[in-house]
Amino acid sequence: MQPLLSQACWDTLYMVGWSTLIAVLGGLPLGVLLVLTDRGGLLQNTVVNKVLGQVVNIVRSMPFIILMVALMTFTRWIVGTTIGREAAIVPLAVGAIPFFARLVETSVREVDGGLVEAVQSMGGSTWTVVRKVLVPESLPSLISATTTTVVAIIGYSAMAGTVGAGGLGDLAIRYGYQRFESQMMWLIVAVLALVIAVVQFAGDSGARVLHRRSGKGGEPLRFRVLAGFLPGGPAGATPVKSTDS
Amino acid sequence: MITTTGLTKVYRSRGRDVTALDGVDLHVREGEVYGVIGQSGAGKSSLIRCVNLLERPTSGTVTVAGQDLTALAGRGPRAGRELRQARTRIGMVFQHFNLLSSRTVQENVELPLDILGLTRRERGHKALQLLDLVGLSDKAGAYPAQLSGGQKQRVGIARALAGDPKVLLSDEATSALDPETTRSILQLLRDLNRQLGLTVLLITHEMDVVKTVCDSAALMDRGRIVESGTVSELLATPGSELASALFPVSGTASGDDRTVLDVTFHGESATQPVISQLSRTYNIDISILGAAMDTVAGRQVGRMRIELPGRYEENVVPIGFLREQGLQIDIQGQQPELVEEGAAK
Repeated sequence: MQPLLSQACWDTLYMVGWSTLIAVLGGLPLGVLLVLTDRGGLLQNTVVNKVLGQVVNIVRSMPFIILMVALMTFTRWIVGTTIGREAAIVPLAVGAIPFFARLVETSVREVDGGLVEAVQSMGGSTWTVVRKVLVPESLPSLISATTTTVVAIIGYSAMAGTVGAGGLGDLAIRYGYQRFESQMMWLIVAVLALVIAVVQFAGDSGARVLHRRSGKGGEPLRFRVLAGFLPGGPAGATPVKSTDS
Repeated sequence: MITTTGLTKVYRSRGRDVTALDGVDLHVREGEVYGVIGQSGAGKSSLIRCVNLLERPTSGTVTVAGQDLTALAGRGPRAGRELRQARTRIGMVFQHFNLLSSRTVQENVELPLDILGLTRRERGHKALQLLDLVGLSDKAGAYPAQLSGGQKQRVGIARALAGDPKVLLSDEATSALDPETTRSILQLLRDLNRQLGLTVLLITHEMDVVKTVCDSAALMDRGRIVESGTVSELLATPGSELASALFPVSGTASGDDRTVLDVTFHGESATQPVISQLSRTYNIDISILGAAMDTVAGRQVGRMRIELPGRYEENVVPIGFLREQGLQIDIQGQQPELVEEGAAK
């Protein structure tokens, strides 16, 4: 049981890790492009916007298991096989890119248009606006979006067993459900719950640290921790009595 | 320094055309503080956004520092390299500051320098200089959220000055601030105008702003400039709406057969004892309904609303006497034609 479980854990992390990376790399530009090409956007282009939007909708509307089958030729072309962990990463990533792109779109749309105007008035190009305003200003929200995406990919990865990719979900189905080893099943459910709790906590903390920095929260965490120990720390951090007062 | 000719902006929304600017001719001289005032919806915002082409005018031209920006703009909605370069020489400050919350004060000021292509060391050096200029060098490491409104606007001004602009555009820069802070920000703009020879075009809906800092002003209404000129010219224009808004006096006539006059003193006439002379010469009783002295654009100006017994027709001679003394007289409750007639020089 122990080696089975650790192997499954590793498989899940491997698949989720790679497909998250690809989803972020692909979904971030796609989401930004959806905002830029929209009506009133910096690169307004109705045709591109409509086409991208439709592609995103179609992929998102497909049940993951169908997507996996539909992408088999593509998967073989990319990784050379349609079974195993690598073969599962392709449909996971393809399914997650539009998911993440929509979340990015929502986050980027939240950025105050006045900031974009400010950078334009300084002579900034659209690329400058994307790099210096849209992405950094929506970063806390993008981190939350990434967390949501990771959790969704963990969910999808349960179906990766159908292409022999292993993983926790597959183990739960084969051993727990099909062999009636309910103990095994519940153990895996507990492990999955733990994994998701850890991911969510990490994402929330990351978003909160960034938020606190730019919000009313005051100085960055590291400064406040260090301030008490450093002798020339920020004024007011160390109450030193001056002798001439 | 800034010239617009026949500037027109038409917005198309749901098939209907809304004209925000209707043939605006504006001329801002080098080194002056020029205020455009008007109610919301008058087209002030569209005007200032058209000056650096954040909004494309439907027709007309914009020339800043001898450069025709409308010619640089091209046809598409995107700003080409030449227009972007021209924008680096025009600073802009905003009503809601528009500072990036993810960057510190210093990093915010460094952003335009980054766009200009300065190295990290040059940026840091220049940013600290600029923060020093606006009196915020101690806040370089703070985030915008930790600053007060006035401090944020100071950062906004430092940022706008990063490209050593000759022109500063101020879009309601003090409208989100309390009166005390407004004064200090206006003072800062005035100082920068004097020290750096900066030409400032500001739009506002507050008369006080115009009164405090502007050399010249224009009144906008429904997309058109209704009145414009230097503040002293405006004050000397009989029946000027801007002048009476800049310097209001109140008081209403106590009866039907009375003539109410607004007497404006400026320059030498302010020192003459004209009212008592008038009273003695014509043996009439004058009541003062309201009076005020104020400093407008650095000049002492007085305005007084007085009431003479009898109708306008009976007071033509005393009014003529006052005009002879070099005073500017606006007769209240008269038909505009009569005012025009009286104003004929």
